[in-house]
Amino acid sequence: MHMLVCGGTGCRASASDAIVETLNSELAAKGMENEVQVIMTGCFGFCEKGPIVKILPDNTFYTQVTPADSAEIVAEHIVKGRKVNRLLYTDPENKEHISDSKHMGFYKKQLRIALRNCGVINPENVEEYIARDGYQAIGKVFEMGAQATIEQMKKSGLRGRGGGGFPTGLKWEIASKNHADQKYVVCNADEGDPGAFMDRSILEGDPHSVIEAMTINGFCIGATKGLVYIRAEYPLAIKRLQIAIDQAREYGLLGKDILGSGFDFDIELRYGAGAFVCGEETALIHSMEGERGEPTVKPPFPAESGYLGKPTNVNNVETFANIPVIILKGAEWFSAIGSEKSKGTKVFALAGKINNVGLIEVPMGTTLREVIYEIGGGIKNGKKFKAVQTGGPSGGCLTEKHLDTPIDYDNLLAVGSMMGSGGMIVMDEDDCMVSVAKFYLEFTVEESCGKCSPCRIGNKRLHELLERITKGEGTMEDLDRLRNLSHVIKDSSLCGLGQTSPNPVLSTLDNFYDEYVAHVTERKCPAGQCKSLMQYVIDQEACVGCTACARNCPVNAIAGDRKKPHVIDTSICIKCGACIEKCKFNAISIQ
Amino acid sequence: METVKLTIDNRQVEVPSGTTIYKAAKLLGIDIPVLCYMDLGDMNIENKPGGCRICVVEVEGRRNLAPSCSTNCAEGMVVKTHTMRVINARRTIMELILSDHPKDCLTCAKSGNCELQDMAVKLGVRNIPGQEYAEMSTYKTDFSPSIIREMDKCIMCRRCETMCNTVQTVGALSAVNRGFTAVVAPAFEQDLEKSPCTYCGQCVAVCPTGALTEVDSTPKVIRALADPTKTVIVQTAPAIRAALGEEFGMAPGTLVTGKMVAALRQIGFDHVFDTDFAADLTIMEEGTELLDRLTRHLNGDKKVKLPILTSCCPGWVNFFEHNFNDMLDVPSSAKSPQQMFGAIAKTYFADKMSVKREDLVVVSVMPCLAKKYEAQRDEFKVNGNPDVDFSISTRELAHLIKEFNINFADLADEDFDRPLGESTGAAVIFGATGGVIEAAVRTAYEVHTGKKLPKMDFNELRGMEGIRSATIDFDGLPISIGIAHGLGNARKLLEDVRSGKANYHAIEVMACPGGCIGGGGQPLHHGDSSILKARAAAIYREDAEKPIRKSHENPYIQKLYEEFLGKPMSEKAHHLLHTHYFDKGNKDVFI
Repeated sequence: MHMLVCGGTGCRASASDAIVETLNSELAAKGMENEVQVIMTGCFGFCEKGPIVKILPDNTFYTQVTPADSAEIVAEHIVKGRKVNRLLYTDPENKEHISDSKHMGFYKKQLRIALRNCGVINPENVEEYIARDGYQAIGKVFEMGAQATIEQMKKSGLRGRGGGGFPTGLKWEIASKNHADQKYVVCNADEGDPGAFMDRSILEGDPHSVIEAMTINGFCIGATKGLVYIRAEYPLAIKRLQIAIDQAREYGLLGKDILGSGFDFDIELRYGAGAFVCGEETALIHSMEGERGEPTVKPPFPAESGYLGKPTNVNNVETFANIPVIILKGAEWFSAIGSEKSKGTKVFALAGKINNVGLIEVPMGTTLREVIYEIGGGIKNGKKFKAVQTGGPSGGCLTEKHLDTPIDYDNLLAVGSMMGSGGMIVMDEDDCMVSVAKFYLEFTVEESCGKCSPCRIGNKRLHELLERITKGEGTMEDLDRLRNLSHVIKDSSLCGLGQTSPNPVLSTLDNFYDEYVAHVTERKCPAGQCKSLMQYVIDQEACVGCTACARNCPVNAIAGDRKKPHVIDTSICIKCGACIEKCKFNAISIQ
Repeated sequence: METVKLTIDNRQVEVPSGTTIYKAAKLLGIDIPVLCYMDLGDMNIENKPGGCRICVVEVEGRRNLAPSCSTNCAEGMVVKTHTMRVINARRTIMELILSDHPKDCLTCAKSGNCELQDMAVKLGVRNIPGQEYAEMSTYKTDFSPSIIREMDKCIMCRRCETMCNTVQTVGALSAVNRGFTAVVAPAFEQDLEKSPCTYCGQCVAVCPTGALTEVDSTPKVIRALADPTKTVIVQTAPAIRAALGEEFGMAPGTLVTGKMVAALRQIGFDHVFDTDFAADLTIMEEGTELLDRLTRHLNGDKKVKLPILTSCCPGWVNFFEHNFNDMLDVPSSAKSPQQMFGAIAKTYFADKMSVKREDLVVVSVMPCLAKKYEAQRDEFKVNGNPDVDFSISTRELAHLIKEFNINFADLADEDFDRPLGESTGAAVIFGATGGVIEAAVRTAYEVHTGKKLPKMDFNELRGMEGIRSATIDFDGLPISIGIAHGLGNARKLLEDVRSGKANYHAIEVMACPGGCIGGGGQPLHHGDSSILKARAAAIYREDAEKPIRKSHENPYIQKLYEEFLGKPMSEKAHHLLHTHYFDKGNKDVFI
């Protein structure tokens, strides 16, 4: 019997370490430590319900487990063979317990390729990876040869999962054709989109898949050195990756003459300081070289002149994670999954006002509706769906009318958003779209490297305009400026950051124009989010003059005699909401 | 040569492959506006970070606009440089740049000579939308002895960085911070004084705005001139006469020696002298030191250091004090001509005139900003009174002439005063790269061999190659000479000397590309090497026209030794005309 405990960063933050400990001690107390093995795995994805403990072979999926539950799980499930019902997932529809995760809405529509081993194996044990066909792909590649492998990659239709969507096989082919005494393979693990954590999860849950893929990549393009550029704030991923590299070296899967092929390849880690722009490949390379992390004009592309001026192939973690499976199962198998121009699956980080927050992997072509309602379980607290932001901070906000769009690179671009690295943030009726755009701009202003003027100054100005609008100081002219400025920044910025940073502004202008107009003409925030535009008003009919509000107002903005209707002096009011909380007669409202 | 054909603004052009759109357009007479771009011509260095984005153009089939300065032409490319889309982007970007730039043009040191101002005029910017609520990025102004950094005015063109890092390899300036607060500065935004800056002023020379300017010493000069208790004398460096005319609309290479003397006299200097006199004196001292070291070396003295390095360039002195602190005994101990002049003026000349040291004010006009720092060095002061009181640049002199209502073009030629105004052709060529060593050769040859020079012009020592070497036959003794101009070249040459790869008897180094004619205080040449060549030609012309062309034949120099110094390298000469160097390492750079 096996007990798999989620060891992703999220579940560890919720004490999954302690769960492993208590499970082990409970098992020992029952003398079952040799019959049941407790294994810490990578992320299961269903973070909303973490920490997760899964019991094999019966596939029982316990949710929101605490260390205190360990005794009961061992006593009931392990010893007596009875499931602990209170820890099982409850179907939100029919309120029935679901024991096996494959029957849950969250997992039903998922197809896990990149995440195939996450939550399944112990990432710190190479043998578990090998047991799941690990390092067979590299053997097959040695037999097929570099050229045939690149052909397979091209045929598979795999495109870069970091956001650019460039065909991976083609990228490899270009790098393979550039001759040099030294070439490099770089794994981009500088996951920078707020809320996105698929790369971290893969490295935490299945580091060997990335190591194997990088080795395959090195063999195909003729590179003997691999570098993983990983942000220093991913300590667990770094630790597990380093363990995996050490184990791979020990097993002869990295280093000299890998598997007797005569091919040498080794991997080093490079730490990033967490700059968003360093996800852009030229900036990433400069950062690795010890230079300032800022992009340079392409061409030359890294495939021509990359790390230390040598031909370099840069792929993202998720892209790499797909590769061993593609090699083993074949390009046809992979290209049968997904949509016409986007093959395979994509991992998304579901976040925001959605019931099932977590990490999911679905075939390309799945619709937004399926993701949000079927996998994501719909909007939290029964609220109305308003928008979904895809593609991270520089993606666009899509609405109700886009819900049936099959998700792939081209469809998302066509509707004014993008795939990005796969962030997906859901908003409900309470979200003000102007504030949402402002929030994202805050991020890009902070993360712009400052090299080119449209991005350095333009985004700052966009943010200032949005700030004015949310404060009720905007004009209709400002809306035109917002649009023009956004277009110019997109059209003229140096790298992908500036070329996409205005997307949240443009997409909200396109899809929620009325909301902007309400802010500037009526000085109102329809979602009731923009504090400066709110006014607290006491309904003179409903107020009984109990004085509760006046007594609780921290700034003495409320006046009125006992048993007489009270009045709020809006020039003093700080809109803290204390009065509403205290009013028992629903007499105070926000207008 | 491989070529590509393309269309720009409906006109066909064929260019070598690798040509940028900007340069191809130029061939058609189309001047695409550029701001950050800088072409250093013969140096084969271009600053094209693609940062300002002013030069964007439309390329058919390309999603976004292309920076023409850093995008290469491709076969069949169709480029449009003035579509509505381009004009709108260009103007919007300019408005953005100006929105983060102070509007104090009227009082800016660069007013009238500012590329940003010119661009605003060219693009017809008439207002900056939203200026009233646009935040500006602000930085503290950094005052050093030579250079003022007012980075509020920085537009991140990065030209200074190219000069400081790529050309000069000084490494004092680079981009720091990110996004809106990104700026070029010494590491950790330290003051320039705490950086390895050499004050060569090449950054100032290329700055398109008023962000980098020289310390203006003219107010102090004006005050001294107005003080009846002071005797104010002036010395002018050799490179001034070949460039000053440019500030008055004359063609580069116009010699204005006589007009310059007349103007200085009209300004009110009590005596108008020539640094060239001190250059002749430098040759006497440095040439004697060279021969002394050489003779000892030939006699088998193992302790003697060769090569001897020239030491007249204060930027170079600063550079080796920072970067070659293990070789501080290698350069000649001879002071620079500016400081030799000051030392003689405040002793020999002051005595002659019966003026007290404190009442004699020595002003130097230099093509150089490092001279300002040099004049303030403690070792060049007697009881706190500096040998050279104020050093002004060529540009500052031009300002002074204009401020003093002098119609420069109409001035009749006048001669320098005696005794410190008499000089030889050997002194004049100090202004161009290779000149100091040629002057030294002319004297050292005759002193060493006791024979008359067979020729006066050593063309093998002249030219614009960054690193040059030549062997001069000293009547059977081959003297090996190295020449470097630009500190990057100096570094290469010195590293070869340090490693033993290169062997020379004597090396001349000038910090600025071209030598003093390309100094940081000269009229701005924006990297146009044809201007430098014209100035050098003027210098050599003046040399050829001089009746005396060897330093040791200057009768006033001979008289100075007879009356005052004794002989070269005498004790008195040592005391007044020689110095020592300090280890500036990098130890206090980052504290």
